[in-house]
Parts: sequence; structure tokens; C-alpha cells
Amino acid sequence: MNASPESLSDSPSGSTPDSTLHAFAAGLKAGITSAFIFVTIGTFIGIGALAHDFGFSLAWAVIGTVLIWAAPAQVILMTMMAGGAPLVEIAFATALSGVRLLPMVISTVPMLRGPRTRGYHLIFTAHFIAVAMWVEAWRLLPGVPRENRVVYLNGMGTSFCTVAAVSTVAGFFLAALLPTVLTAALLMLTPLAFLMSVTANARALADRLALPLGLVLGPVLAAYQVQFDLLWSGVIGGTLAYGAHRFRSARS
Amino acid sequence: MIMGELWPYLVMVLVGFLPNEVWRWLGLVLARGLDERSEIVVWVRAVATAILAGVIAKLTLFPPGALAGVPLSVRLASIVIGFVAFFLLRRSVLLGVAVGEVVLVAGALLVGL
Repeated sequence: MNASPESLSDSPSGSTPDSTLHAFAAGLKAGITSAFIFVTIGTFIGIGALAHDFGFSLAWAVIGTVLIWAAPAQVILMTMMAGGAPLVEIAFATALSGVRLLPMVISTVPMLRGPRTRGYHLIFTAHFIAVAMWVEAWRLLPGVPRENRVVYLNGMGTSFCTVAAVSTVAGFFLAALLPTVLTAALLMLTPLAFLMSVTANARALADRLALPLGLVLGPVLAAYQVQFDLLWSGVIGGTLAYGAHRFRSARS
Repeated sequence: MIMGELWPYLVMVLVGFLPNEVWRWLGLVLARGLDERSEIVVWVRAVATAILAGVIAKLTLFPPGALAGVPLSVRLASIVIGFVAFFLLRRSVLLGVAVGEVVLVAGALLVGL
């Protein structure tokens, strides 16, 4: 998968070995002009609005966006903190929601690694990897010279992260200022955007089954006030979906 | 109290940042060895997807703040019609969300919110 270098070279940094600054600028531009930037704006306006309505401070919400850089973990953190969940349960839930980052990082690193790549460079870059960044990295990196890819992705991540931080601030204030109907619309952004981006990314059978199972189990367990409701709906729904995957693999 | 003000940040780092970020660090470590299609990765991804689905459903059915004032029927219509639109409009997340939002606002105005 390290092959196919010139197939998608519509990126401005093309095939010439650019300077570091130029590669960073090209990455910045690729982030700003990505179709996913709109989804990012919508998602983080929703995060900011959610933080406001749950009673968190603006600074806390913005630091959360930059530091955690994973909307699902942020939503889980806010929902559970506001609900007074035990810290252990919150940690388990955010950890499980973050598992999806593991295969994304694993599959991106081979595209980034070059003879002069240092470990600490990749720790910074790996922090930027989230769903949208991962999709765009896979689309654009083949057109970027290998020695510039880390810097390029850092530029793209800086774009996405800055836009997300500004959107968090915007969402926070919009939730405070807007009429009730529009605040409600901002809060609805999160479930809508999540449902569709999860569906768009669920290609494997196990993921496609885990989605409806979680949609049903989550609220049912919550309605019966089961402790660790989200954790259980994840483990039960995910394991059932995985079982179906194993069953089909065994049959074929 | 300083501690009282810092407490939410400490909680964020301990149970929000670290449990999430550790997967990125682990990804760097495992990048050489593990296959993305190994069985354990398939299972953890399914569990993660089901948790996220649970969060989506809870945010829709038991919503916070202003969204709680919108009737359940309007919230459900928003997410169902938005989801159908997403499939009809070439699986565009952007357009699906836009349709869901229009339904929510229109529904909320119709019931006189």
C-alpha cells in the first residue's frame, strides 16, 4: 500500500520536492478546501452548543476540542460528566470510543514514514488523526512527496483543528444568543452528523450491525437505569455484531 | 477554590484526553505489527460503533437543554428523514444533516415553539 504514488496528484505540492514551509502551506490549504471542513464546522458548532447547554465553560470546551480532538469522546465526556457518571465509567466509555483511532493511525503511519522521519514528529501528527483527517490523508498523501508528508499532514491538521476550535466558540455563543428553536437545531447537529458519518464509514458487516444494535440498546438500557448503560450497549451490541461477522465468515 | 475551578480540567485530562489519546500512541507502536483486518480490531471497532450509536440515540431521545423543548416526534422525524435523505442524496453527510435540520426547525415552528 506504499505504492501508487502519482495517481491522485491534484494537490498543489504535486511531485516536486517542496520546502518544508511550502508543504505546510499546501497542507493548510488542503484542509481549508476539504469537503469535510463543513462537516467539521457543523460538528464542533454542535459541540460548543452542547458544552454551553450542559453548563461547561467556554475555555473548557475549546481546550477539549484541541486536546481531545475527537468529537465522539467529547460528547461522551460531556454527557456523562453532566449526568454525574463515575469517573471509571467515563474513562471506559471514552477509551472504547477512541478504539476506532487505532486502525486509522496504524494504516496511516506506513504512508508517512520516511528515512528521516523522527518518532516525536509522528506523535504530533498522530494526534491530528480523526475520521475526516484519515479519509483526506488517504486521498491526498499519495500525491505528496514522501519527505514532505508529515509536514503536509501537520498543516492539514492545523487547519481542521483551528476551524474546529473557532466553531466550538461560535457554537457556545450561538447557543447563548439564539432563539430557542435555533439552539435546538444546533444541538441536533451532533446526533445527525454522527449518525451519518458513522453510517458512511461502516463498511464491514460487524460495523453495519453494531450501529442499529447500539441505537436500540443504548436508550433501552438507559430507560431501565442500568448502570454503565453506554458501556454495556457497546459490549453487548458490538459482540453480537462481531458474532454475526464470525458466523458469516465460518459459512463462506 | 483553585481546586474547584481546575477540577473539570483535571477530569477532562484523566478520563477524556488520556483514554482517547492512548490509542493514537498505541497505533504508532503497533503500526509495524498488527493487521487492520485482524479479528480483535474487528471486534473493538464493532463495540466502539455500538457505543457511539448509543450516544446518538440518547442525545436524540433524552436531549439536553433547548432540544428537550422540541417534541419527541419532531426529533425523530428530523433524524429519520435526514437519514433517508442521506441515502437518497448519494450518501452526502452534509446534505443529510441539512435536511434533518430543516425538518427539525420546520417541525418546531409548526408546533409553535
